[in-house]
Amino acid sequence: MGGNDMETKTEEKKTKSRVEMREQPPHVRARNFQEVPYGYSPDEAFEEAGRCLSCKKGPCREGCPVGVDIPGFIGLIKERRYLDASWKVKERNALPAVCGRVCPQELQCESHCLMGIKGKPVAIGNLERFVADYEAANSDMKIPQRPKPTGRKVAVIGSGPGGLTCSVDLANAGHQVTLFEALHKPGGVLIYGIPEFRLPKAIVEREVEYISRLGVDLVRNAVIGKLYTIDELMNGRGYDACFICIGAGLPMFLGIPGENLNGVCSANEYLTRANLMKAYLFPEYETPIKVGKRVAVLGGGNVAMDSARVALRLGAEKVYLIYRRSGAEMPARKAEVHHAREEGIEFVLLTNPTRFIDDGKGNVCAVECIKMELGEPDESGRRRPVPVKGSEFLIEIDVAIPALGTRANPILTKTVPDITVNRSGYIVAEEGTGMTSKPGVFAGGDIVTGSATVILAMGAGRRAANAINDYLKWKHWDMRNNGN
Amino acid sequence: MYKILKKEDLSEQITLFDIEARDIARKARAGNFFILRTHEEGERIPLTIADYDRGRGTITTVFQKVGRTTHHLGTFKEGDFITDVIGPLGNDSHIENFGRVVCVGGGVGIAPVYPIARALKEAGNKVTSIIGARSKSILFWEEKMRSVSDDLIITTDDGSYGTKAVVTVPLQDILNKEKVDLVVAIGPAVMMKFVCKTTAQYNVKTIVSLNSIMIDATGMCGGCRVEVGGETKYTCVDGPEFDGHAVDFDLLMKRLQAYLPEEHTAMCGGRGNGGK
Ligand SMILES: Cc1cc2nc3c(=O)[nH]c(=O)nc-3n(C[C@H](O)[C@H](O)[C@H](O)COP(=O)(O)OP(=O)(O)OC[C@H]3O[C@@H](n4cnc5c(N)ncnc54)[C@H](O)[C@@H]3O)c2cc1C
Ligand SMILES: Cc1cc2nc3c(=O)[nH]c(=O)nc-3n(C[C@H](O)[C@H](O)[C@H](O)COP(=O)(O)OP(=O)(O)OC[C@H]3O[C@@H](n4cnc5c(N)ncnc54)[C@H](O)[C@@H]3O)c2cc1C
Ligand code: SF4
Ligand code: SF4
Ligand code: FES
Repeated sequence: MGGNDMETKTEEKKTKSRVEMREQPPHVRARNFQEVPYGYSPDEAFEEAGRCLSCKKGPCREGCPVGVDIPGFIGLIKERRYLDASWKVKERNALPAVCGRVCPQELQCESHCLMGIKGKPVAIGNLERFVADYEAANSDMKIPQRPKPTGRKVAVIGSGPGGLTCSVDLANAGHQVTLFEALHKPGGVLIYGIPEFRLPKAIVEREVEYISRLGVDLVRNAVIGKLYTIDELMNGRGYDACFICIGAGLPMFLGIPGENLNGVCSANEYLTRANLMKAYLFPEYETPIKVGKRVAVLGGGNVAMDSARVALRLGAEKVYLIYRRSGAEMPARKAEVHHAREEGIEFVLLTNPTRFIDDGKGNVCAVECIKMELGEPDESGRRRPVPVKGSEFLIEIDVAIPALGTRANPILTKTVPDITVNRSGYIVAEEGTGMTSKPGVFAGGDIVTGSATVILAMGAGRRAANAINDYLKWKHWDMRNNGN
Repeated sequence: MYKILKKEDLSEQITLFDIEARDIARKARAGNFFILRTHEEGERIPLTIADYDRGRGTITTVFQKVGRTTHHLGTFKEGDFITDVIGPLGNDSHIENFGRVVCVGGGVGIAPVYPIARALKEAGNKVTSIIGARSKSILFWEEKMRSVSDDLIITTDDGSYGTKAVVTVPLQDILNKEKVDLVVAIGPAVMMKFVCKTTAQYNVKTIVSLNSIMIDATGMCGGCRVEVGGETKYTCVDGPEFDGHAVDFDLLMKRLQAYLPEEHTAMCGGRGNGGK
């Protein structure tokens, strides 16, 4: 099936410029929740695929945390075998429609692409997205044949990308899988965090349907640690192994005065209201959200960009993104920063909030900030921002959204004392397998690594599924492997 | 989907449900609450588990119709289904033999105080309960409370039943007369605030259960944050019970008003009854 033999036959000129995806114009999309890019047409995908050199070694694969056969699937696009291309991707990546949209490709696969040396790299993410969407639109969901049941039961806890991937692999290995989710909707950050205009929820729902059709039993509204503990699952309820993939969902605040005023809410709260609870459709959907005339988002990551762009779409007149370092240090994906700027988000860089001001009725009416300048590099290698004395100034706002990152949520781990966690509360797990200090219990994703990416959580889910397969063969684990 | 096995209107504004939720009933303890979502478009709201029957697999909740979701919930009938029920959440009440305790329940707060009074009584405490309401027609669970208390005092604001007073009046009498080891107070934020003001004069430890606005109730959003002893705490995972003398009630009351303008739009302009 591979596309490597295509190398010599490709007639396309390699110097062609990258086929960019058409998008909703910024002033239009800034006021709606529809997806920003329209996606490739088959011809556009074919044309972009033509730029790929089908490199024998495929250096791009090295940049992909799950090793998608990139030259292989792009080769199939060159033959216009779009469905085959999609299945090729799925050999390695269970959620291509998601990853094609949200992977930081410029740091991963595309950063290794040979085409990127002289010009722009091949748009691997766009192509991945295209084949996945094409498959969804043009074929019935392909359900692999049910394997012979092994008679083993596995509990997967948390239905984010890590838990979904692990469930798929375990079900395909013939185990009986139950996926427990605390919220009323599965998908983790893909559902409650990343907004509709970046990742339509219908795509996540399709993936969830897929895992249900594989025979995975999905239990919503199950807060593990509260409804059942891990020990109850393993002893009373007959699970032979568990995979914990509960994300890192505890929002951080700045710890400055006025942070509990009305109108100040964490990005997690703001995005959960908007995405999970669909507050942008209020009052038809009943969860309210503070729309805000002037909104300040604090932070410079993906979560900050998402919050700022949601605020704009809800109808804010002015949205500031306040970040204490300079634009070059912003951790958000480049594409998202670019989109946010185009839509009119005002970047207030090298600026740090110092306190929120009360309007006298318990609502925030302004944020006091101080200007920063870059000093010596810190442990992260980035230049440390230091406050400029006496440079305080006020920005009038009525909504403030701290988007400062998250910590480990202890709601589950504090009920399993025999699982070792590190000083910050993240679960300690063996690198290649996810094995924790408790026999039969594996962990992965953000609850192990701290906030990372969708594809890394998926990689962890897959490795854990492999390890659980091994473990279940013998119900035994060679603890020498567990070098923690 | 969670079935309502029993519905009882305790007053015009206050309704009781027994909801089928076997696994939650199995784990529920005094002090816990749950989250429910009435229907697909509904919001997630917290309600206390006022009682549970592990044999029958039910939890009991008593709610007051104050806004859109609770009014909609009030239209549900026996045999209807609630889309989502999530729990048991929150920490268990700290129960031990403290000695002499007073349990104060105001309005709909009588329901959440009941399982705590019962557990305290079972642990060997001498329990006096004070239950109060605006008027007789909205007072409920008198007999139930009496059955778990050594003494029961009833107050109404309008004097239509029991003593015409607010709950702090008989509380103060008791504190004047004898040494009390613990007070537990659950009700509207203002009531808890004044109970704490009263007990502070006597240095009597006072536990309150806070009713902040919540969404996920698993510690993920921070929407339920309150200030206790100058520190920010999350009601859903650090509470809902706290040392009342350390709670910033004024902040709690302000935060409860956060979405008032939006809720007002919803009650007037939205579908109101929600539908199912
Ligand atoms: C707003 C936002 C934008 C992002 N944008 C990007 C992006 O563009 N690209 C990218 O690659 N990454 C992005 N990320 C990061 C990425 O989403 C995460 O790294 C990834 O989702 C982690 O996956 P996970 O499976 O470990 O956990 P999560 O996706 O966090 O899922 C964990 C699930 O476990 C559930 N859970 C928690 N506790 C319990 C319990 N006790 N019992 C049962 N269930 C429980 C949670 O409800 C949740 O559904 C973003 C994150 C956020 C918040
Ligand atoms: C841990 C916990 C346990 C609770 N237990 C119970 C219970 O057993 N019985 C019960 O009747 N209620 C209980 N509550 C309060 C209940 O959650 C609210 O009454 C409910 O969320 C209101 O929803 P609504 O849509 O009907 O009203 P909304 O339209 O949201 O609000 C209408 C009015 O109620 C006020 N309000 C909003 N949220 C709250 C709140 N959380 N508490 C008090 N007032 C509020 C608003 O300021 C407004 O004036 C509890 C709250 C918590 C946090
Ligand atoms: S999964 Fe992500 S990193 Fe891997 S090829 Fe696809 S877009 Fe690139
Ligand atoms: S490195 Fe770039 S050009 Fe080479 S195979 Fe990968 S995508 Fe194609
Ligand atoms: S309700 Fe979200 S953190 Fe408590």
